[in-house]
Formats: sequence, C-alpha cells, structure tokens
Amino acid sequence: MSETVTLEVLRYRPESDSEPHFQRYTVPYRDDWVVLDALNHIKDNLDATLSYRWSCHMAVCGSCGMMINNEPKLSCHSFLRDYRGRVIRVEPLDHFPIERDLVIVMDSFMDKLSSVKPYLIPKQDKPLGAGEYLQSPGELNAFHQYTQCINCVLCYAACPQIGLNEDFVGPAALALAHRYNLDSRDGGKDARAEMVASNEGIWECTFVGACSQVCPKQVDPAAAIQQTKISASVDWLKNLLTPGAHK
Amino acid sequence: MARSNKPILWLPFAGGGLVAALVTPVLILITGVLVPLGVMHLHYETIAAFAHNPVGKLILFGVVALPAWHAAHRLRMTAHDLGLGGGITVKAACYGTTWLLILAATGALIAI
Amino acid sequence: MSRRPYLRKVERSWWLQHPRYVAYMIRELTSLFVGLYCALLAIGLVRLSQGAAAWDGFVAAFSSPPGVAFQLLCLVFAIYHSVTWFALTPKAMPLVVKGEPVPGTVIVGAHYVAWAAVSAIVLIAAGV
Repeated sequence: MSETVTLEVLRYRPESDSEPHFQRYTVPYRDDWVVLDALNHIKDNLDATLSYRWSCHMAVCGSCGMMINNEPKLSCHSFLRDYRGRVIRVEPLDHFPIERDLVIVMDSFMDKLSSVKPYLIPKQDKPLGAGEYLQSPGELNAFHQYTQCINCVLCYAACPQIGLNEDFVGPAALALAHRYNLDSRDGGKDARAEMVASNEGIWECTFVGACSQVCPKQVDPAAAIQQTKISASVDWLKNLLTPGAHK
Repeated sequence: MARSNKPILWLPFAGGGLVAALVTPVLILITGVLVPLGVMHLHYETIAAFAHNPVGKLILFGVVALPAWHAAHRLRMTAHDLGLGGGITVKAACYGTTWLLILAATGALIAI
Repeated sequence: MSRRPYLRKVERSWWLQHPRYVAYMIRELTSLFVGLYCALLAIGLVRLSQGAAAWDGFVAAFSSPPGVAFQLLCLVFAIYHSVTWFALTPKAMPLVVKGEPVPGTVIVGAHYVAWAAVSAIVLIAAGV
C-alpha cells in the first residue's frame, strides 16, 4: 500500500446545497505533485463533479488560487511534500462569493481593475508620425515589479480590509494604478486619483501587509499603496495651498 | 467616488508615528526607569525653564501631540478592524479624547 | 441552471484565525500604549504649569511602583512600535540613488542610527 494523502475539499452545488460542506478524498502521494495534481486526480478518477479553475500549471496564469490550509495559494504552486503527514484542507479563496465548489465570483475584482484606468494616459497627445515613446532601462525599472501581477487575487483573499469592506478597491488594482502612475510615459495620475485617492481606495488600507506576503510574483502591492498614500497626500497639500494650479 | 480628505488625518498620523518611533522610547526610559531609580532628576526649575522657552514649548508640544494623534488615528482604524464600526462614537472616542489631551497640553504650555 | 453565489461571513474573530493577523493586531496595539504615555506627559505638562509642588507630586506618582510598572509596559510596546515602523519604512519610501535602488537594510539601518542619535541627544540634554 503506497503512501496516500487526504484532501478535505469544500463542496458547494447551488442547485442542491443550502450551504457549503467538506468532502474528503484520498489521493496518491507523489513527491513532485502539487495540490492541483491531486485535484486533477480526484476529477479524473474519484469525483468528476468537482469544479475548480486552473490553466498553466506553472504559476503564471493566476487561475488556480485557493485557500490551502487557511493560506491563499496557487494550487499549482503548493507541493504535497510540504503538507506531508497532514490533512490538506482546500477551500475557495476568502472574501469572494462562491459560485460552485472551488470557483469564486470575480466580477467585483474585474470592475475594480478597470476602475483605476489601467492604461497609458499620455501627458500630451502625440501624433503617430512623431514616433515612439522613448524609455530608458532606469525608467522601466521604476515600475517593472508592478507589471508582474497575474491577477490571481490571492492578495484580496489575504487582505482583512477586503473582508471587512468589499468595496475597498484592493491591493492588485491599486498596485496596477501605481504601475501606470510610475510609468514615465504616463500622465494620468490625476485621472486615476478619483478612485485611487478615494475613501474606498488607498485610504481603506491599514498596511497589514498580508497581500505582499501571499503574492506569488513579489509584486508588493502593500508598498505600492503606501507610496501612493504619500504621493496622494502631497498632491492634496499642493491642491490645498495652490488650488487649481496643478492639473 | 471622490478624492478623499483623509490626508489631513494621515499626515499627522505618519509624522506622529516617526516621532513616536524616534523619541518616545527614550522619554519613557527617562520617566519610567532613570528618574525612579534616581539616576536622573527632573527638577522643576530646569523643566519649567525649558518649557518657558518658545523652542522648548514647540518641542514639548511635538513629542506629546504628534504621537497622541498617531495613536488616535490608528486606534480608530483598529476599532473598525475589531468590528466596533467606524461611526461617530468611535471617532469621538478616538479623536475627541486626543483633542482634549492636546488642548490640555497646549493650555499648560501657554500658561508656563 | 440558476446561480446562487454563497458569500462566507467574516467573523469578528477573523484576526485570531492566523498568526499573521495576530501579529498585526499586536503591532496596532502598540499605538494604545504610545497614546497612554502621551496622556501621562500631557498630565505632566498640566502639573508643570501648576507649580513646583504639583510637579513634584507628578514625579512622585510616576516614580511609584504602579507608575513604573505602567511605564515599563509602555516602553515594551513603544520599542516594538519603533522596530515595526522602521521595518516598514523602505516599502513606503524607496530610495533610488544614481539609478540604483538603495537596499532596504540601509534605509532601516539609517533609522536605527537616527534613533540612537536622538536618544543620546535627549539623554544628554535632560542631564543624565
């Protein structure tokens, strides 16, 4: 009898369940398996009704975010060998409505992303004939880490302020806004401030830092938000002392 | 959604956090350890002279008011985290008591 | 098939569910003791304005065993505030010098140096 591992997986079928409940599965233990492999084994061999999102299996697509033993993780990035000897509890990401089993409703996040105007808003209109925007490696370095977000929303699951207020714009969206605000080609900080510097934006954050701890891409959204607090406060002072002078 | 006026609360919070981090521990060391042990003395004449000086007044105000404000704002946010809400009661308790503290300190410094 | 999304409720004890959030609460609690010590200082200033007798009474009160015990508690939390505050500074204020990011340890280290310097100045000025 070769080694096995037990997964305790949250199930929720809206057509038949009044509320979620746990179901246990026993899967083979393999040294090189991740939790996603175990879920795929369950789906292929034990219970085809189990629903979950996944795609790349290499921590770049951001699809397979789940709570694994109470920690937001990518299931393709969570090795069975790190949970040896324990029951592995698999649940959908915290703070999001559960659609079915391990699948969450992500609509609110998609809205928050687009609300921060995540695209270049040039300082001045430039005709196509004027040529490309030039950017030095140093200028790229300034915002590069904030481009690495894979929209896995582990940070939203980790953030207690999201848990307490689902209207909080949230770590990934604010990190993305920061990515554009730091881009030398961009002039849209004021346009983004409507959302970013609102009460539901950066000011809901209390620098818990959990978002940056769980981020699989080292984006460091917490840093992005704190830097934005300082920048927004400076802009607020400028507007107070010289109203209308800054556009 | 509109740009928030939170900076008016946050800027003194941030300044107070830095003052609290750099200055408060040594002050507690003085009043909580060195003076009770008799290693140091805070004679009325010396402290009153310092507080009589306008620069001294400013420094004393800074080390009392800024960390106090830092605490007020942070405790208001923590009350929300603990499920006590963010309503007028919490705000009054946090900012109100701190304003009383700041006014008392200011009044005392003006009187000295 | 009809949809019926289920949102799990956030418990009031959410912060007890993971050591990361317990640590966060302790960190935030440091501000309570900073605030309480500022109240002590404010009372001190009021006593100072009331004359030598009132001031001496204040010194006697904070030098008493309960006064010292309270202040030692404040000191522990105040130091923890300093340590956690300095640790977070590089995230809020990243420095780039001549195109190279300054390592976080340098920024934190500079704060510890400033902490030592300010403490020394205050101690010397207060007449240790």
